[in-house]
Amino acid sequence: MSDQHDPASESATATPAKGNRRNFMFKIGAGLVGIGGLLVAAPILGYVFAPAFSNWEKRRSWIDLGGVKQFPVGETVLAIYKNPIFGPTAGEANEIPCWVRRKSETEFQIFYINCAHLGCPVHWFEESKLFMCPCHGGVYYEDGSRASGPPPRGLFEYDWQVVRDKLYVYGGELPNLQIPGKTPKDDITPLTIDGVGYLGGKEVKTS
Amino acid sequence: MMSSIKTAWTWIDDRTGIMQMLGPPLKHHVPRNAKWWYVFGSCTLLFFTIQVVTGICLALVYAPSGDSAYDSLLYLDYVVPGGWMLRAIHAWSSNAMVFMMLVHMTQVFLHGAFKFPREMTWIFGVALMLTTLALAFTGQVMRWDSDAYWGVGIGASMMGRIPFIGGWLTHLILGGPIIGGDTLSRFFSLHVFILPGAMIGLIGGHLMLVLRHGISEEPKKGGPGEFVDKATYRAAYKERMKKHGVPFFPDAAQRDMVFCGIMLIVLVVVAAWYGPIGPSPRPDPANILVNPRPDFPFLWIFAILALLTPTIEDYLIIVAAPVVLMVLFLVPFLAGTGSRLASSRPIASLSVVLLITGLLVLSWLGVTSPWSPHMSAWTSDAVPPVFVKGRTPLQLQGALVLQHSQCRNCHSLDGLGGKRGPELGDVASRLSRDQIIRQVQQGDGNMPAFGKNLTAAETDALAAFLYSCHPPGVQPATRPGAQIKQLIELDKARANN
Ligand code: FES
Repeated sequence: MSDQHDPASESATATPAKGNRRNFMFKIGAGLVGIGGLLVAAPILGYVFAPAFSNWEKRRSWIDLGGVKQFPVGETVLAIYKNPIFGPTAGEANEIPCWVRRKSETEFQIFYINCAHLGCPVHWFEESKLFMCPCHGGVYYEDGSRASGPPPRGLFEYDWQVVRDKLYVYGGELPNLQIPGKTPKDDITPLTIDGVGYLGGKEVKTS
Repeated sequence: MMSSIKTAWTWIDDRTGIMQMLGPPLKHHVPRNAKWWYVFGSCTLLFFTIQVVTGICLALVYAPSGDSAYDSLLYLDYVVPGGWMLRAIHAWSSNAMVFMMLVHMTQVFLHGAFKFPREMTWIFGVALMLTTLALAFTGQVMRWDSDAYWGVGIGASMMGRIPFIGGWLTHLILGGPIIGGDTLSRFFSLHVFILPGAMIGLIGGHLMLVLRHGISEEPKKGGPGEFVDKATYRAAYKERMKKHGVPFFPDAAQRDMVFCGIMLIVLVVVAAWYGPIGPSPRPDPANILVNPRPDFPFLWIFAILALLTPTIEDYLIIVAAPVVLMVLFLVPFLAGTGSRLASSRPIASLSVVLLITGLLVLSWLGVTSPWSPHMSAWTSDAVPPVFVKGRTPLQLQGALVLQHSQCRNCHSLDGLGGKRGPELGDVASRLSRDQIIRQVQQGDGNMPAFGKNLTAAETDALAAFLYSCHPPGVQPATRPGAQIKQLIELDKARANN
């Protein structure tokens, strides 16, 4: 059946034996090209799609935002950190801003700069105690909850901890509705200083 | 001299067979009445060619690298001789290409040229439209300025709305978990290799199909080709072309040439006059005093995203967008035969009118973006004097609260300030004092509640001030809508003046 389209078998001069051999050769050829093609395609596809499948959580880390003294109680200020996951060409796109709110002596809230609507940079207005978004007019209250406009939820928040009087933020991700910023407890790697691991501001065992 | 050129040409033609190859497409017969309506497709192609040429030239200098792309743009603009002009031509020709493509598409749609047997030509056209828009978007990212940075962020956030695969898609597009150098490199590969490659392939297919099925006649009432009947159309068209057709070159091509020539001149004048587009501030996310806006082909999307309520937005992004695309692809199957005359196709004509009006209005809204707070209105626009004249101390205190609470980021006083919320200069004629207090303290879906942020005394002063804001001759409202009649009369009186 399959050799109906084989030009060799249509040729009047070809003997049946020759036709079969060609047919056989064709199958071998197709098989070899198929296997070879897959072998070449695998690394190419792997390379292109790697960012989608990599475990970026594993590469996130705690970043020092500086001494807690810099953050007056009751105020919200802009802090900038260097994104820990970057290639050699990121340039200034690596300077990631975030809003740090010190609720009390011991309590912080760190908000992503990205609006929960579509990611534009929100501004903090001290006087009215609101975050406003320049893109579509989303507004959030001081505690990050949604106040008005198109955002479907409040601001995304970072994980944070205070260790030895320094504020640390768990950075390295662009949040969106599917990736809402905070890391599941099991995935978070402790901060290690002098061989001691910390999570939630407390010492933990590191493996 | 002439004769030796001729001999040389004859030799080249003989050995290469070039005229044998190009002759039939150039000489193929087209309808005699295919006149000025038919120039837009060629013009779109012309702008694409300019994009390829200027794009290659820009790549001589542009550095597709996150840490130097922006500086290479400045270098192009201010140091490289003629660099700014090439950037200008590339940017304006991109706009022109999108525009011409839409005009071409509208013409094809209105003339029913997508009907049998040209369904595939239309489908290739829709694919070309998508590729063109993708080129425009990725091109905006090439500027790697703050608009590009936040534009990519918006794209990624939209991806992030897709259930299950959203996070995965975001990482794939960004080349990592966050916008960085790899993001620009990915968009560069798309903009410079993948999309133009796809474009050239699709254009080839589109043109091949145009040659295969011929150019459709302009539909005229009672004229040939007004009705498309699958059984007879092909043979009849062939017959008509044989009898009345004219060769594409030079009969139809001359109009293409005239139009394209004019458009080229317009392009160069516009590019020289307006210069390159962007770059906006540096792609430094830490500089948050930016006002991200997309390029013109995407302003309408920007507007839609601002105007939808959160509840239907997800459905729009995830469901409606693919459905609309599907419908576009399926157009020739939904209305593949029958009359091609726009006047006999009310639904088709009406959809064109609605779509164009919609796109224009939304784009205009995108430019003015009245929903965006004026981030500096409270510091830059003073309260107009009429609103403080003759006010009591409590009311004046209220005016201060208004200014200080940044109410005017979203509200205007006498037209000065944000447009997101209603004008406050006449608020007292609409709301009673109690309603003003309720609105300030509790807000609503579109206004934050200020209850927690204002003391009772501040709220009191603010309400006192706002309740003093009413047009002369209109009493402040004592109950909701009480003053409507007066307001209507005032409007009438104004109109009469
Ligand atoms: S991105 Fe902030 S409101 Fe749309």
